[in-house]
Amino acid sequence: MALLEIKDLHATVGDKEILKGLSLDVGAGEVHAIMGPNGSGKSTLGYVMSGREGYAATSGSIRFDGKDLLDMEPHERAAAGLFLGLQYPVEIPGVSNLNFVRSALNAQRRTRGEDEVSAADFMRSAREEAAAFDMTMDHMKRGVNVGFSGGEKKRNEMVQMALLQPKFAVLDETDSGLDIDALKTVAAGINRLRAPDRSFLLITHYQRLLDYVKPDCVHVLAGGRIVRSGGPELAHELEREGYGDIAT
Amino acid sequence: MNQPLPSKRQETWRYSDLDALATVWPSGVVSETVDVPAGKTTSLTLLPTGDPVSVHDYRVTVGKGGRFEFHTLNTAATYGRIALDVTLHDGAHFELGGAQLGANKETLEIVTTVRHAEPNGTSNQVVRSVVAKQAVASCLAKVIVEKHAQKTDAEQSVKAMLLDRTATANSKPELEIHADDVKCAHGATVGELDKTQYFYLTSRGLPPADAKRLMLQAFIADAFVGVSDDAARETLEAAAITALEALT
Repeated sequence: MALLEIKDLHATVGDKEILKGLSLDVGAGEVHAIMGPNGSGKSTLGYVMSGREGYAATSGSIRFDGKDLLDMEPHERAAAGLFLGLQYPVEIPGVSNLNFVRSALNAQRRTRGEDEVSAADFMRSAREEAAAFDMTMDHMKRGVNVGFSGGEKKRNEMVQMALLQPKFAVLDETDSGLDIDALKTVAAGINRLRAPDRSFLLITHYQRLLDYVKPDCVHVLAGGRIVRSGGPELAHELEREGYGDIAT
Repeated sequence: MNQPLPSKRQETWRYSDLDALATVWPSGVVSETVDVPAGKTTSLTLLPTGDPVSVHDYRVTVGKGGRFEFHTLNTAATYGRIALDVTLHDGAHFELGGAQLGANKETLEIVTTVRHAEPNGTSNQVVRSVVAKQAVASCLAKVIVEKHAQKTDAEQSVKAMLLDRTATANSKPELEIHADDVKCAHGATVGELDKTQYFYLTSRGLPPADAKRLMLQAFIADAFVGVSDDAARETLEAAAITALEALT
């Protein structure tokens, strides 16, 4: 049984159906990439998976680690091990980055019936992970994403992911807006976090990230469905030839 | 005291709960005169008394170069009113930070009149209100700059957050300026919890109540930033966090 099983998923945003029968299996420890033209439903898939208000699954199913994901609240999905790295991370003035991540981690652990992490242990990990993604402790103490550059916001998502240790990370265009050094830093972080019990779904426009993070599978999303799947070579083919023939 | 009960025809009592006021008028109304001598600083912190109806009234005079700091949490169960009439002499400063938290049917109000009577005076007023269900929070803040009070610098920031569409917030900053070389800034907003921030927090694992509390804590924190005494600030913040429990 795959860690993530999406079957014939239909989803609407407002009155509009965006996902039209999407099916996808991702096994434990695998890295899958989803590519596709603008408006094909890539971000919607991430939001439906994480339970964002306004993104409604109308039929089909998502099973995650044996559980019915669509039946859970967003925070329960996080506690079950799902992480969504946002394309546009949100600024929250007045809520310190460190306090937020620590509260989120401990809330997840409580939901799972685990002990909270001690302040000292958390600080040690926070320091290590901030450094690993070229962030300072000043970034960690500031309001969440407040005054961060575009690249810093994306790297902050990675720091949060590393601290929360999810089983499954959906990274929505984490590579867009990154310069080449930041891209390598992010890719190195993802590669370091790859593990037999952790999977990734990389939503991306470009094959560039996939040069550094080698996916097991590449899928093309078009018109709300997966229209083609293949190995890493598919990303190169798309880069060369565009979506034109595939997406129709 | 043998004063007649105020009426709603008086601007400063326009939104008040006069029935509740009648139960304590006039003997239960705390009136206080504060004289801050030239060059001195007086800091007052007013915490909720626990009485269902609580009315405080201050007449304050701040001498040349003096400073009056007033911070409060307004949360009476039925009716809470805090009124300040402040007169500032040459170069004097008035600092106000107030948070009003109404969870049910409370009527809460902060009413200020700040009179810049002489030149070079400064004032900074920050009021944050959070209301749910049928609660009403009002802030009437009037700044008067008298004819010779040049170089006055007066700031007002009045913000309210509605947790339910049935709650009410009134924000009325008012300026009466008779001098021509002054700076007077005022901002007033009424809003709701930001849905994108809320999604971000819950998608990382914070349960709904925790996410709301964190956002509201950040919202009202502005009111207590100016408390110079750490212990006093911690007391205010702790009382506010307890009061926020009822709101989330």
